Amino acid sequence: MLLEGKSVLVTGVITEQSIAFNVAKLAQEQGAKVVLTGFPRMSLVERIAKRLPQEAAVLELDATNPEQLGSLADRVRGVGFDSLDGVVHAIAFGPQSVLGGGFLDAPWEDVSKAVQASTYSYKALAMATLPLMEKGGSIVGLTFDASIAWPVYDWMGVAKAGLESTSRYLARYLGPKGIRSNLVSAGPLRTMAAKSIPGFEKFEESWVERAPLGWALTDTEPTAKAVVALLSSWFPATTGEIIHVDGGYHAVGA
Amino acid sequence: MTKEEIVTGLAEILEEVAGVNPDDVSEEKSFTDDLDVDSLSMVEVVVAAEERFGVKIPDDEVQNLRTVGDAADFVLKQA
Repeated sequence: MLLEGKSVLVTGVITEQSIAFNVAKLAQEQGAKVVLTGFPRMSLVERIAKRLPQEAAVLELDATNPEQLGSLADRVRGVGFDSLDGVVHAIAFGPQSVLGGGFLDAPWEDVSKAVQASTYSYKALAMATLPLMEKGGSIVGLTFDASIAWPVYDWMGVAKAGLESTSRYLARYLGPKGIRSNLVSAGPLRTMAAKSIPGFEKFEESWVERAPLGWALTDTEPTAKAVVALLSSWFPATTGEIIHVDGGYHAVGA
Repeated sequence: MTKEEIVTGLAEILEEVAGVNPDDVSEEKSFTDDLDVDSLSMVEVVVAAEERFGVKIPDDEVQNLRTVGDAADFVLKQA
């Protein structure tokens, strides 16, 4: 098993369609002990956590809240984890104005919230869990290819570009501690997060048609498998990397 | 399980999950328009209903469940 004896913290589970749900499920199936964090609806995350192969503890974590971040390591210890080998960041948020075609009008106040929740939170989560990774570890986040401008994705695309850069800087600063930082760049998936993007269907058709391997809009497993692989010891010399799990879409032109 | 029992069960779930007054719940009420259930609360209502009634409500189906009566009919069909 890929994660035999490893302990992993997974953020971002909200429904069974969440990429993070499949990550937690596969991680458990591969031998990991998993703790979840949830926000904003803890009661929902707790119900969903019961649907994992093994029930997992759920800790509340608003990744923009310094107090909750500051107490996270102790709270993880409190539910029976001495250390962590892996941390999965599946967190993004943007007010309505930052997505959906209003790029030119979105106010900084809203944009800054999106960047704090979707970009800075990656570094903040890494620092919050650092005390538990003294033996090294693997941090994995989720991006949506930020090298080009998409329809409707708008400031979330800018936030993801920042996330991609943040991951490279984390790789630089945490490498000496034996901690890797990598991202998985998934194709469009019909998750709760995607449903909240007005005009999301604009991505769907061309992706399914153009991706050399095809693309299943409701199958989070390929993405979850890549995350689990990056958490495992099978990418020991890989950091600051972005692995595309998109059916090959990024590699081909129209 | 009768349809009335399911509606009563849904009213209890709506109270617990979304703070809806059970007296406001009846078959013709729309979740979003009449009962002000937001999208994330609706997800939890569905998950709680699956647990309570022992059914599976597929993601694609949820958008068709506009009213409490729609949901009760769907549960009745599955149970």
